[in-house]
Order: sequence, then structure tokens, then C-alpha cells
Amino acid sequence: MSAPAVLAGLLDFRRLDLLAAEDSALHRLDARAKLVVALAFVVCVTSFGRYAVAPLLPYFVFPIAVAAAARLPAARLSRQVALLLPFALLIALPNPLFDREVLLRVGGVGIAGGWISLVSILLRALLAAAAALTLVAVTGFPAICGALERLGMPRQLAVQLLFLYRYLAVLGEEALRMTTARELRGGGRPLSLRLYATLVGRLLLRTWDRAGRIHLAMCARGFVGDFRSGERSRFGRREIIYVAGWCGLFLLLRTQDPTHRLGAALLRLFQ
Amino acid sequence: MHMADALLSPAVGATMWAAAAVAVGHCSRRIRSEDDERRVPLMGVLGAFLFAAQMINFAIPGTGSSGHLGGGLLLAILLGPHAALLVMASVLIVQALFFADGGLLALGCNIVNLGFFPAFVGYPLYRRLAGSAPGAARSGIAVVVAALLSLQLGALAVVLETVASGISALPFGTFVLFMLPIHLAIGVVEGVVTAAVVSFVRAARPGMLPSVAPSGGPVTGVALAFLAAALALGGVGAWGASKDPDGLEWSIARITGATGPDAPQTAVHAALGRFQQQAALLPDYGFRRPDGAAAPTPEGQGAPGDGASGDRLGTSVAGVVGGAITLLLALLVGLVLRRQARRA
Amino acid sequence: MNPPVVEARGLTHVYDDGTVALQDVSFRIAAGESVAIIGANGAGKSTLLLHLNGHLTPTRGDVRIGQTPLTRQTLPSIRRSVGLVFQDPDDQLFMPTVYDDVAFGPRNQGLAEEEVGRRVQEALERVGVWSVRAKPPYRLSGGEKKRVAIAGVLAMAPDILVMDEPTSGLDPHARRQLIGLLADFGHTRIFTSHDLDMVLDLCPRTIVLFAGAVKADGPTRDIFADAALLAQCRLERPLALQACPRCGRTQD
Ligand SMILES: Nc1ncnc2c1ncn2[C@@H]1O[C@H](COP(=O)(O)OP(=O)(O)O)[C@@H](O)[C@H]1O
Ligand SMILES: [Mg+2]
Repeated sequence: MSAPAVLAGLLDFRRLDLLAAEDSALHRLDARAKLVVALAFVVCVTSFGRYAVAPLLPYFVFPIAVAAAARLPAARLSRQVALLLPFALLIALPNPLFDREVLLRVGGVGIAGGWISLVSILLRALLAAAAALTLVAVTGFPAICGALERLGMPRQLAVQLLFLYRYLAVLGEEALRMTTARELRGGGRPLSLRLYATLVGRLLLRTWDRAGRIHLAMCARGFVGDFRSGERSRFGRREIIYVAGWCGLFLLLRTQDPTHRLGAALLRLFQ
Repeated sequence: MHMADALLSPAVGATMWAAAAVAVGHCSRRIRSEDDERRVPLMGVLGAFLFAAQMINFAIPGTGSSGHLGGGLLLAILLGPHAALLVMASVLIVQALFFADGGLLALGCNIVNLGFFPAFVGYPLYRRLAGSAPGAARSGIAVVVAALLSLQLGALAVVLETVASGISALPFGTFVLFMLPIHLAIGVVEGVVTAAVVSFVRAARPGMLPSVAPSGGPVTGVALAFLAAALALGGVGAWGASKDPDGLEWSIARITGATGPDAPQTAVHAALGRFQQQAALLPDYGFRRPDGAAAPTPEGQGAPGDGASGDRLGTSVAGVVGGAITLLLALLVGLVLRRQARRA
Repeated sequence: MNPPVVEARGLTHVYDDGTVALQDVSFRIAAGESVAIIGANGAGKSTLLLHLNGHLTPTRGDVRIGQTPLTRQTLPSIRRSVGLVFQDPDDQLFMPTVYDDVAFGPRNQGLAEEEVGRRVQEALERVGVWSVRAKPPYRLSGGEKKRVAIAGVLAMAPDILVMDEPTSGLDPHARRQLIGLLADFGHTRIFTSHDLDMVLDLCPRTIVLFAGAVKADGPTRDIFADAALLAQCRLERPLALQACPRCGRTQD
């Protein structure tokens, strides 16, 4: 199962990266604005208590609106987000086991707190994943690195990230070639530890040599230990509006409990 | 073993972000002062290498399951601890962004759990055990022991972070008893794989591995960073304890040997509770028991049984109906925006 | 300023592990010349190229670019005038986008961003890939990567272009196009290659290396006509010069 996993990983990476190459008003925003909003989003979502379910639902407006406004392929992104559900379920499953106190009765059936918090964890996982993926899809990785750097991340790490991004596909493909060759002979089973170590060792040596060649190429073009970057996008009015708008909405949703008010009003209407 | 956003509270997440930022800052300064420009592409490509290596699974002997490399210790052995932490951080950032692995808020936790421990605890231990010119066997054992320790610490940190956050209902003791043995096994596998790769490299290219750590062993800066991280963890734990009375408190009670659950719940917790109320960015929302202290909220229609507490939980029928409506509204907003974006 | 000549005198290189990669290599290449350096795998071609812009320092002998001997002080100016294009473009295109990659050299020269932009556009247009400037390198075809790598060097406005195996790994069409492109350059050009048909098209002069030593240096046609020499140096005559199996004639 390893070559397909490598392949799938590379494909996901590539698809997401391609989306960032599109153009929309959101794409053109300064990356810092989008990064800050995504972080604020995750902080708000995770700030709810263990049993919050309904209050989390309005937060879906953020990834949905971003995906729509930036013309992202909603179906594909949702699928990628949904693929994380099994893992989320795994980490949420202890809750119904350990938290059996009945917190809610619906028509005489008691629902234990653990089940409620399980749903809450699943929602959190979906929201957090959707925020991360839409962020990359409308910003692009290099721009995110630039934004992180301008928000105070050390240059060394920014450069490191750009290299990682650049050579992910190159080395992933190299790994893929090596594993498919093995697997064609090994019948698709995961590699034995010995084989794996040899394979990874060989990949490591090649990587090392490649790094040497890259260094030569950098020096050949005047590298003296420092990266100079060019374009400077601006944090202007649009960015301020974007950040203030979303953060305001997140806070409103966090403090005003709109779901409950809305639901109560509606129920009163029908009674 | 990635820590996930879904289990994390902002307080814990932010604390660990701060700890990770301190570690990353320290390592960056250190790398810059070493001023070895050859390192720039080397570290960069090794990040991609680790990524690729992690995508390949191997069979874990005797279990029928498969695993993948963590790699923190391997990086530290190849590059020294400072560079290793930066490379690890970059890998985790890419995983969080492109694969939603872990998440944005959990990044700090993951950098500490998977980067700091192997680089600044596991690696120094490895150096001490291996000595300056280790034979294959000694080096192998040193690697396995170091990997074991790193993973145990990482697993313990995951438990602390999770329990302190109070989203998961797993009690501290149970969680520890579950995580540590599993990571004992994972640590052995990680160690064996790392040792095998190191010995492969040593045989194929003897000059590649530094015989002495390129940037010295554990130094004061590192110790300070570790202390900061430990303090951060402790602080977070205390904070969490005040938040989630069942999990940590229970285990603290056990650890401290206190008989009654109210023993540790005295002055410290009262103070922490007050502090939390003052310092918390947002009022806490979902306490388990209203304890009568909950402010009376508008009675949720048609929510029998737990009545008021159901409202507080936001899980009353009214809440669910309202939630469903807002979700529909969100979708509607999406549709409208999409149509507009098409037209533009 | 005249484009400088390239001169090697008694150049010998011994790697750390004791491998003697170059042995008493001497040649002189005049401004505007286009010269091929050929030889079997391990003959020392890449090692020689790495001396031309100071990545390796001679164990014995020396290298001069124009009047300037290669020393630590002259290194930056030498690297500006000798543009080196590496064999695997993935090693050379290390920046996240094509534009940034081509801009890497000019930015390191400390040029203003406006001038950098002008240089980048000029270079990318010169090699015909301005349209892919926003792409990350991993989404380029092999031919495009090669062109971008060349653009990255052109943007530094070198006098001398040095290329290691320019046509390796390209499909026939991309190879043909690249040869057409290289033929149009007015720079002093030095290529290494296994692709002797390309050498025949681009380089009037050829230097043959064998086991680190110069085996022959002269007009390409003469060298390719010497079957014994080629066989001894483990090289094959280019297809264009091989007798047609039907009629027994060569191409011209
Ligand atoms: N870094 C190195 N260390 C030791 N030997 C090397 C190194 N690079 C190349 N060599 C050796 O030097 C010789 C010439 O290599 P190279 O210049 O790459 O040849 P070519 O490019 O003609 O194939 C070969 O025997 C090769 O193995
Ligand atoms: Mg070569």
C-alpha cells in the first residue's frame, strides 16, 4: 500500500497547489490577511467547550464562503476534508466510553455526554481541516511562507520551507520510482524493515548529493548565504476589511449564541 | 502521533505555539551564527527527503500492521539538533497546511512533541551513550534508547496537552497507560529503523555522518529552551486542571497521594480559577455541570429532562434547529458568492 | 570590454579520496568560440567545468578568464562573467516559481527590483518561456526546465556560457529546439556532451578528454573522422557521420 500512498500524497499536494495558481479577488489579497483570519477561525472554533455542537455549525460559513468566492472545487475539497473523518473518529471514540453521564433527553432516550462531545470533535476536525486546506488553496504555499516571515518567523525557517516545497515533488517522485520497482517484485506488501532502511538510506544518499549540486548551482548565481526576495504585497484597506469582517463575525458567533436564539425564535413561531 | 486541533483548547495551543516559537527562534539564531551556507540547501532538501520517507510504509514485524518513520532523531544525527528542529518544523508546517495533518493550532504542540524531544533530549542522550567513535552495536543501541525516550516524552506530551485541553474525555491515567506502552513499541521500531538507516549510510559513505556533533552537545541555551517548554507544559497542565476537574485532578490526586479529590483543589485551583475567569479571552461555554451557578437562560422549548443545562450546552432542540438553519444559511451564502464569482 | 578568453594551463585536479580527475589539461578558448568537451563517463568533463567558475580549485596549474586569474578575490566577478548551466535542471531551479528562480542571480547581484524585472523578462523571452513565469518548476516539461535554467544564467548577463550535457534527458523535439536556440547565442560557449550529433551542429571545435587528460583538440569534423581515436576514448561516431547502411554514403 505504500506506492499508492506516496502517489496519493503527491497528487493531493499538486492539486491544492494548482488551485492557488488560479485568480480571484481572494487570491489577490495579501497572504498575511488570510493567514490571520484562518488562525482566528481555528482559535474561535477550538475555544468552545467540550459539548458544543450546534454553536459550531455556523462556522461552516467561513470555508464555504471562501471556497465559493474563490471558485474552488467544493466537491473535491469536501472529499479531501471528509477523508480525515476516520482519524477524527478514532480520537473521538474514547469519549462515549468514558463520559456516560446522560446530558440530554430527546423523547425519553438519554444521550450521554460522550456522544455529544464525539460529534463536537468531528465538527472541530472538519472545520480545522477545511480552514487549512482553503487557506493553501487561495494563497499558495510560497505566499504563506512570505506571510509567516513577515509576521516574525525566522528567515531560516522560511527558506527551509521554500526548499521543502520545491523539492517535495522531486524527492517524492524519486521515492515513488524506488518503491514501485520494489513493490512490483514484492507483490504490494509493505516493505520489510530491512528493505525500508536500505531504500531510505539510498534515498538519503541521493538527497545529500543533490543538496551538494544545488549548493553549487546557487553559488554559480552569486549566492552568498542570504535570500533576497522581490515582490512586496501590501496590507491595504481590502485586507483590513477582510480581517476585521471575518474576525468580527467569528467573535459574534462565539459570544451571541445565534443558533440558540434563532432556533428558539423559530420554535416559538410554531407553537 | 500528531496532536490534532480537534482535541486542543486555544490556551494549550497558544502556550505550545509560544514554546515552539522560542525553540525555533533559538535554533535559527544558532544556525545563522554557524554561518555555513552549505547547510541551506542541505536542510531544505532533507525536509523533502523526510517527507518522502514518511510516505513509504514498512511492515512492523509480528503485528501485521505498518508504520512510518518519525525521523526527528535521524535528522538530529545527520545535521545536529538545531538544524534538525528547523527541518522538523518545516515538515510539520507543510503537513498541517497541505494535508490538514494536525492542524494550525496544533502546530506548536507537534513541533515540540516531534521535533524538540528527539533533537534536544533524544539526541544528546544518543551522543552520550554512543561516545565519540561508536561501533555498530553500541551506536545501534544508543539510537534505539534515544528514540525510545524521545517517543515516550512525545507521547506523554500528547497526553498532557490533550487532558489539559479538556475536549477529550479520556482520563489522564487511562490515557497514559494506553499511550506509553504503544509508544514503547513504536519507539523501538523507530529506533531500529533509524539505526538501520544510520548504519547503511555509515557503511556506504563513512564521511557523511559527523563524528562529533556539528554544534556541540546540550548547552545552556538548549537547557533553557527545554525548561521553558517544561514550564509551559506545566502551566498548561495546571490551567487545564482548573478547567477539567475530572481528568487531571484525579491523576494529580493519585500522583500526589492525596486521599480526597478535594485535597489539591484548594488554594491553587481557586486562584487559577479566578485567574482564568479574568484572563480568558472568551467566557467558557460548555461546563459539564451547571451546578446551579449557570445563569438562567431563556428556557429551551421542548427540551425535556436536563432543561437549563441542555441550553447551556447548546445542544437543546432549539440549538440544534438553529444550528441546522445557520448551516443552510452558510450554504446559501456559498451559492450566492459562487454565482457572483462566476459572473465576475 | 572584449569578452574574455578562457585559458587552462597544466590543470590537474585530485579529489579528496585520491581520484585523479584531471591531469595536466591545457587549452585556450578565444572569445566567441563554441567548443565541445567530449569524453566517456568519468572522463573528467564535469570536473573541468567546475573549475571554469571556481567551484573547484586546481590541485596544480591554473585557470584564467580573460586577464583575470581565478582567485578568491576575483571569484564574484568571474562568476558574473561565466554562466554555468548544470546538467539536471532540478538542481538548478531551486526557487518556488520560475520568475523567482530567474530573478535569483540578478537579485544576488544587488540590482534594483525594476532592473531585475527587466532582466528576467528579457531572459525568459529570449528562451521562449515567458508564459510559464508564474509556475513552480515541478510543473514544467523537461524542455521548459532546461530553458528556464538557461534563462536563469542569461539573466546575469554572462560573457561565457558553460553547459554540462545540455541535451541529456530531452525528447527529440525539445532537443532539436534547444539546439536551435543555442546556435543563436553570440556568447563564448563551452559544452560537454555525449550527444555528438549536437556537437556536430553547434561546435566547430572539440576537445576530447580521456581519463582526465586531453586526448585531442581540433576541428570537430577531423576528430569525428578519426575512428581509432573515438574507439580508444570509448565514444561513438555521430549518426549523421555514420555511413548509410543502404548506400554506404555519409550525410554530406
Ligand atoms: N566529489 C568527488 N569525489 C571524488 N571523486 C569524484 C568526485 N566527483 C567526481 N569524481 C571522480 O572524478 C572522475 C571524473 O568525474 P566527472 O568529472 O564527473 O566525469 P564526467 O563528467 O566526464 O562523467 C570520475 O572518476 C569520478 O568518479
Ligand atoms: Mg558529468
